[in-house]
Amino acid sequence: MQAVTQVTTEFVKQYWAPLLCGFAIVAILPLIVGYVVLVERKIMADMQARLGPMRVGPHGLLQPIADAVKLLIKEDIIPEDADKLVFWLAPVLSVGAALLAMAGLAIGPAFQIAKDINIGILFVVGVSALGIFGIVLGGWASNSHYSLIGALRSSAQLVSYETAAGMALVSGLLFAGTLNVTSIVQAQYDQGIWFGLLAPVAFFTYLVASIAETNRAPFDLPEAESELVAGYMTEFSGFRWSLYFLAEYTNMIVVASVATTLFLGGWLRPFPRTHWLDFLDFLPMVLMTGIGIYGLLRVPKQPARVQQLFMLAVAGMCFAAAFVLAAPVLIPFFKSSLIAAVKPYHDGILGGFWFIFKVSLYIYFFMWLRFTLPRYRFDQLMRLGWHFLIPLSIINVLVIGVAMILGSHFHLEGWQLLLTTIPASVLALIIALFILNAEQKSEPQRASGDASDTYA
Amino acid sequence: MPGAYLPVLIYAALVVAFPVVTLIFAKLIRPASTSYGAKLKPYECGVAPESHSRGRYSVRFYIIAMLFVVFDVETMFLIPWAILYRSWVVAHMGLFALISMFVFLGILLVGYVWLYKKGALEWA
Repeated sequence: MQAVTQVTTEFVKQYWAPLLCGFAIVAILPLIVGYVVLVERKIMADMQARLGPMRVGPHGLLQPIADAVKLLIKEDIIPEDADKLVFWLAPVLSVGAALLAMAGLAIGPAFQIAKDINIGILFVVGVSALGIFGIVLGGWASNSHYSLIGALRSSAQLVSYETAAGMALVSGLLFAGTLNVTSIVQAQYDQGIWFGLLAPVAFFTYLVASIAETNRAPFDLPEAESELVAGYMTEFSGFRWSLYFLAEYTNMIVVASVATTLFLGGWLRPFPRTHWLDFLDFLPMVLMTGIGIYGLLRVPKQPARVQQLFMLAVAGMCFAAAFVLAAPVLIPFFKSSLIAAVKPYHDGILGGFWFIFKVSLYIYFFMWLRFTLPRYRFDQLMRLGWHFLIPLSIINVLVIGVAMILGSHFHLEGWQLLLTTIPASVLALIIALFILNAEQKSEPQRASGDASDTYA
Repeated sequence: MPGAYLPVLIYAALVVAFPVVTLIFAKLIRPASTSYGAKLKPYECGVAPESHSRGRYSVRFYIIAMLFVVFDVETMFLIPWAILYRSWVVAHMGLFALISMFVFLGILLVGYVWLYKKGALEWA
């Protein structure tokens, strides 16, 4: 008995931090996803000159919780002809893969589950690709034409863009020289430049491919409302449906985190080694205080007493967050002996802020594209992937390889490397334009031929 | 090093438990489903479904799947090369590494051009 307790305490002592992170992710991520949906609806409303959700809580702030309760108590319909077991299993698989991919990611230097696995990024990409099984099985199990076509489209789309995304990651990894997430960010700190600036074409390719992989507009063919009702989710209702939804938004967060880690400097603040920009450390605190003050100003304008109190609570939470963000920056000012003691918290807390900030910007870009661009046709989508992005990303890997050799020959480091990588990117873009031009020339001959395939 | 995967394993159990537990919880608190008849049929915009849906579908999906295997395996081969490339460049052996990868990608590009000519990458 004593041996068991001893082993347990040893285990907890060694692994308490990653386990705590794991519990935090599983507990908080569904809530975060709910609020991402709310933010998306609000941004959509703003871009379309509407108000968006306003009824539940002040400015619709409680809408995600109301939605969650509604989805929990909704009727659960399983079609007669559906394969019951697979129908049950598919959403679980989908959401499981999406959440498990979070294990390899590091939200700040302290917050990571798989601390020193050496395959970091590869683990994330591989596990998140498992989610496609949930989609295909779900579409097949529900025994509906819409579901099956949606699932097939989704898998074809994912495998087409997986290659382009993988090639884009390879371009980034050329500079990093490691797959470990922490080491990748450290490499960007050491070289003093984000890899997204060194390999802009790769970043662009990854951006487009990640939108297609997460089935977001303008590439949301698998769930195109106007033709396929809801694609692979057509027959799912109630909480099963919301599991798919959770998986989709978690996948968005995962691809945004991968892009942030590899291309946007991870948890480093912009220009981490430029010391006259150290005042940027105060930005998080100022930002949160500003939001808190705005919330306080909005309090008298709320229509009901409950809403006023709730708004006050929101403002208080913002001030609390500002206090937490300010503490590691301000303490050394008052007591300079504490600088060394505060340092890990400084990196952990501010690093977490910058990581989430960059991920939010990336997701905001996703939303912006969704409300701006019309949906692609499926053959256009496949052509963009196979005829443009895959050759472009292969060429990009090669020109970056040449650029690195040239850079090493002329002893260029960090920002100086831009001297060789920018011409390389321009060269890749010129070849891409050449490919596009050739594509457009061959287009009319094809269009006059057979009728297009309706079963795709 | 294997110890680093232990938290991942526990987290994986947690991640699978989360949807299962919530599904069971939802089953306990929601009213029992009383649906019957047409409501349990596959949704086809109000029209009764004409055929079983698990029929045949376009062969292009198979072609795409096969092409994916080729290209994705090739990406996997590129990753170890990409990891080591930087150290090779520093050791002034970058040209050798680059040329060997040029040959590898060149063979693949020949295949790509062949697929392109054959029309395997066309959809409509």
